[in-house]
Amino acid sequence: MEIFGIPHQAFLGQLMLGLVNGAFYAMLSLGLAVIFGLLDIVNFAHGALYMVGAFAAWIMLDSWGVNYWWALLLAPLLVGVLGVIVERLFLKRLYGLDPLYGLLLTFGLSLILEGVFRRQYGVSGQSYAVPELLEGATNLGFMILPNYRAWVIFASIAICLVTWYVIERTRLGAYLRAGTENAKLVQAFGVNVPLMVSLTYGAGAALAGLAGVLAAPVIQVTPLMGSNLIIVVFAVVVIGGMGSILGSVITGLGLGVVEGFTRVFYPEASNIVVFVIMAIVLMLRPAGLFGKEA
Amino acid sequence: MGKAVRLTYLALLVLALVAPMIGLYPVFVMKLLCFALFACAFNLLLGFTGLLSFGHAAFFGFAAYVTGWFVKAQGWTPELGVLAGVVAAGLLGLVFGLVAIRRQGIYFAMITLALSQMVFFLCLQAPFTGGEDGLQGVFRGKLFGLFPLVDDTVMYYIVLAVFLACFLGILRIVTSPFGQVLKMIRENEPRAISLGYQVDRYKLLAFVLSSSLAGLAGSMKTLVMKFATLSDVHWSMSGEVILMSLLGGVGTFFGPVLGAGIVIGLQDTLADKVGEWVTVIIGVIFVLCVLAFRKGIVGELLAWRERRRARKS
Repeated sequence: MEIFGIPHQAFLGQLMLGLVNGAFYAMLSLGLAVIFGLLDIVNFAHGALYMVGAFAAWIMLDSWGVNYWWALLLAPLLVGVLGVIVERLFLKRLYGLDPLYGLLLTFGLSLILEGVFRRQYGVSGQSYAVPELLEGATNLGFMILPNYRAWVIFASIAICLVTWYVIERTRLGAYLRAGTENAKLVQAFGVNVPLMVSLTYGAGAALAGLAGVLAAPVIQVTPLMGSNLIIVVFAVVVIGGMGSILGSVITGLGLGVVEGFTRVFYPEASNIVVFVIMAIVLMLRPAGLFGKEA
Repeated sequence: MGKAVRLTYLALLVLALVAPMIGLYPVFVMKLLCFALFACAFNLLLGFTGLLSFGHAAFFGFAAYVTGWFVKAQGWTPELGVLAGVVAAGLLGLVFGLVAIRRQGIYFAMITLALSQMVFFLCLQAPFTGGEDGLQGVFRGKLFGLFPLVDDTVMYYIVLAVFLACFLGILRIVTSPFGQVLKMIRENEPRAISLGYQVDRYKLLAFVLSSSLAGLAGSMKTLVMKFATLSDVHWSMSGEVILMSLLGGVGTFFGPVLGAGIVIGLQDTLADKVGEWVTVIIGVIFVLCVLAFRKGIVGELLAWRERRRARKS
């Protein structure tokens, strides 16, 4: 069987790969949206935190024998704590200034994190074995689906939905959203806004770390994995529009799929297709697909 | 301009003129001048128009490739090669500008970053760039068929002349009525709009000017170093030029030059001593700049002088 003249197995395989990438785009741009929403900071360090998450999982397995499932819990926790420390030490001092300073500061932080890991582990990739439970593949009849990839897609969509639910439908989320509108007023109601802000940055960082752990068995763990990804994620954010949480999830998944398609039909363009789409979207809708016109 | 400032400039000019004679390695100083020009071009946009471009490596690197390719593969003379690089960077800047200028602040930064990554991938895959290897062994040739650029000293004085011309040019642009409009846009854009200025057009022109000058810096760099590589066009180069401006002083004239000197100097002297730690050190400087002295070295000096003067009067 062929689809558009391409063997269907290859076609669906690329589509699947695209969906996996899209799942990472979605998780990362979601974290960016959460942090931006409350702190008004474009977290350039997001890619580096994703890398730290993947490395944490790898180090845990390699040196301490901690298995994948524990790493899935511990690594994001670690990255989250790192995030809280970063917020308390650095970002706290930038509130009220031009948001560009936040971008620049987190850029500097990402240089530091990346440099440290490069110094320690070099640029060659470390491989992380797929956990036993998810080894192998399932024959769906029309295609062979690697179990781990299916798990990544399932897990990240679930996490995105939970995050969306917490922010849009719970009391905590209401505080968060109110805090972005008027921090002073929310503070007056007895909510500890600075703590909430720290924890939000921590949670956004943890999301990046979690994406890193999920990615570890799919790709090579290298110090550069985050810096290559973050720019695509920025483009995803620009296309989706920064305001919307659900928008970043849908855009992330969608662009992953588009990238997968491109890899089938015109592989040379697969690296830049996201940026081309960004340029087109910006011409037609400067605020992005889901963004509100400023 | 104060007397002290004028004297400093004069001393620096004399130092630059005699640099090759007092044993300063000319290739290093030329490299420094190229990056200083790059930083000045970037600062024209951030410091005087208030637009943070995170994609300036695209202009610098693309022009570097264009010049390298015309000179090496097509046998063009160096001046035509540089011209081609500048034109290519200017056109690229026009395209970037048309897309990005409709958004502001961090969106503008992210869009320019993403667009520059597109240029990076083009340079990685295009047949004329030499892929991962880049363009090596670009022969400098003879300027106007007269001056043999193979001679480092001749090359040095030409690079210095180009740099000085551009530095004065930027000074002139910023102090001109056009520059005043740019400053107004930086300070209060809605007001500029309400006064009837076509703000987008001014911003676009500033963007194209800045990208062309960044391209000139890249083209010169190719001739000086005799190569163009992917690192010229990589987004970390955009980060570096931001650091140079920020460290020296955004919105000051001499700040970016000083910043470029410090960053390039650090990289050159530290590379063989601390190896991989260079990135970390650069990152730490970046963080300190943003946290502690956002005005940059020159900016803080000016502010300090201002405070002292205010106390006296």
